[in-house]
Amino acid sequence: MKKKNDAFSRLLDWLENGDQALDTEMEESLSDAFPAEQKSKRKKKAEKRKTVPKNASAPRRAYADTWWYRACAVLICLSLIGLLLFTALRLPEFGTADTLIDSELTEFYVKNTLEETGAVNIVTGIILDYRGFDTLGESHVLFIAVCTVLLMLSVRGEKNEALRLKASEYERHFEPGDDLILRSAARILTPLTLVFGLYIIFNGHLSPGGGFSGGAILGAGLILYQNAFGYEKTERFFTYKTFRWVSVCALLFYSAAKGYHFFTGANHMENGISAGAAGNILSAGLLLPLNFAVGCVVACTMYALYTMFRKGEF
Amino acid sequence: MTMTWWQNLPLFLILCPLMCAAICSALKGKAARIVIAALSALECAGMGVLLYYTAKGNESFVYAMGEIGAPFGNELRIGPLEALTGLGFSLVLFTAILGGWHRLTKDVAPNRMNLYGSVTCLLTSAMAAMVFTNDLFTAYVFIEISTIASCALIGASNKGKTLFSAARYMIMNLMGSGLFLLGLSMLYCLTGHLLFPQLGAAVRDLLEGERYSIPLYMSFLLMTLGVAIKSALYPFHTWLPDAYGNATATSSAVLSSMVSKLYIFLLIKIFLRAAGWEVFARRIEDVLLLYAAAGMVMGSVHAIRQKHLTRMVAYSSVAQIGYIFLGISLGTEAGMAAAVYHILAHSAAKAMLFLSANRLREASGDEDTFAALRGSALRAPLAGLAFTVGACSLVGIPGLGGFTSKLYLASAGVEAGGLRMAIVLAALAVSTLLNVAYMLRSVLTIYRKKEETDQSILCKDRLFAVA
Repeated sequence: MKKKNDAFSRLLDWLENGDQALDTEMEESLSDAFPAEQKSKRKKKAEKRKTVPKNASAPRRAYADTWWYRACAVLICLSLIGLLLFTALRLPEFGTADTLIDSELTEFYVKNTLEETGAVNIVTGIILDYRGFDTLGESHVLFIAVCTVLLMLSVRGEKNEALRLKASEYERHFEPGDDLILRSAARILTPLTLVFGLYIIFNGHLSPGGGFSGGAILGAGLILYQNAFGYEKTERFFTYKTFRWVSVCALLFYSAAKGYHFFTGANHMENGISAGAAGNILSAGLLLPLNFAVGCVVACTMYALYTMFRKGEF
Repeated sequence: MTMTWWQNLPLFLILCPLMCAAICSALKGKAARIVIAALSALECAGMGVLLYYTAKGNESFVYAMGEIGAPFGNELRIGPLEALTGLGFSLVLFTAILGGWHRLTKDVAPNRMNLYGSVTCLLTSAMAAMVFTNDLFTAYVFIEISTIASCALIGASNKGKTLFSAARYMIMNLMGSGLFLLGLSMLYCLTGHLLFPQLGAAVRDLLEGERYSIPLYMSFLLMTLGVAIKSALYPFHTWLPDAYGNATATSSAVLSSMVSKLYIFLLIKIFLRAAGWEVFARRIEDVLLLYAAAGMVMGSVHAIRQKHLTRMVAYSSVAQIGYIFLGISLGTEAGMAAAVYHILAHSAAKAMLFLSANRLREASGDEDTFAALRGSALRAPLAGLAFTVGACSLVGIPGLGGFTSKLYLASAGVEAGGLRMAIVLAALAVSTLLNVAYMLRSVLTIYRKKEETDQSILCKDRLFAVA
């Protein structure tokens, strides 16, 4: 193909091929992010420092490497910080009449929560009853976080043999040795942690705590146990299957229960759930089972995130 | 008063996808895909019924989530506007899932398909909840869900590039969510309310008393900024081309036509139902107008420079987001109507473009450089036709959606008068010209025969240039 150099054919060429410089720039930044061979970060940085000043006449570097880009980034961050501080100083002063303390919402919640929901701990009453819709969304945020991590990191059923091998290699690498101190500590701490977590979940409507905090403690207990005794022991009672069934059942129960509650509430029907005697463990209607469901989801999520980042599968 | 049967629909439109998401994660890949297709069809039907009844009575109703209604509990508010937008979004979702079906099986590994399904279900639920909600914090919770879900949609096809762009998307969008949350908490601190009507009343009180005006403006500014970042208004668009260009076709169609518009619709709702125009009219809109105008021009300029078809379509999204913000920033009813209309028109056109671009790419051996795409419309005539129609709509050929929204925008701009009118009209004119340039180029490329010699192409181009 003979190339003519008049303006029109140059225009045609440009139309056909687009802007080359921009694409090469993107490819460069991509190859930066995924180096072909494994190099340690520091090494790479040192190399960069060496090579960059030498060939100053090299083709356009990525924006992120230029000094003015960094200067701008720092400037923007500083100005945002300044702006936010400036605004924060002009918010209502804490403890004055303008703050939320005497808003009508606060008054209503303090006066009515115990009577209407049967929850002694009115925070639980608010998040699971009055604002139950938000909390429903919030527990699905945890679920979707796990789904996303599984979607991106999971090597379960991976056809690529090399990837699987690598994952199992990592697993052996991180499997703890016979750490006496950790094991003896875990032997005492794990049951205590698990029982404490359950206590916080089941007492969520009576004392500070609830599904989210109790579930986090349960998850921490599981992670501790796994660290001390390895996957062999944990997999006797907690596998991918357990995780899936527990979280699916908990979420389904949560959605169904809240759905029933919303439906009867909006249509002003009797929902047949009594608040019970305030202060008893079996009281406050739906709050106890809801707390338990949230606790299950949170504990499963914590453990799943941990093990996904550690070895890529259950 | 009990609700009539159709007034209960919004609850189920939100709850069903949530439950389907949990179920999907336990299913096999193939079944999960069928579930999401059926679910989106159901969603369309439900929204359609809602639209029919709300438009018939031309009134909106409030649905309390729980026996205690406003201002102490959560509630939903559904009117014709919400039902129409919801219907538009769920139609886009449905077509995206069906249109990208084949590609989906190729890009997403079968062992991950069930997770892809549950993520899509959650996104559907978040869409319904954000469209219906009458409460600022509920909106934030579902913003979180849709942010994580879209990140998963981008990263699902699991090539190096998509993971890279998913990470980039995550960082930028979390920044946006963070700013939105900051603004929201400041506003709650000032007013003590989260429900739109009560919030609006409290804001009006504060404005009349001229108290705390700086934090008040700041909180709305932060929320607007957060939404602008999340929907890729011009200077914050850097995450967009990679994310849309590299993801699988269904994901890019859903993300560009539903998710980013969802945030903008939420912003419109906040200003319409809660803040009122007084807050907005003083400071924020002028800045927004300039950004929007810059976006309209620069997005198109970037689009012209692209070598890949999907990246070009992605960049044209930046320009179109500019159009929508332009409508909002006029701060008049006409501008708002134009913005909502453009949201719907552009959703349809963009989904069509992404899906047909995907088909064209498949027809030319999985390459989407313009050189490889030559003549692909002759190999896949239907996709070529769809692409042409979508392109014409974006350019604004009369009779298609894009023309009407541009007309509305222009007339809203004229109504605003003064310097604003000049900016709006100039940006519209320049952007439309640039649109024509890159869309004409791509349509010509896909209809051009491969074997043609250089000379005849030159002739043809001259002919077109003359024409």
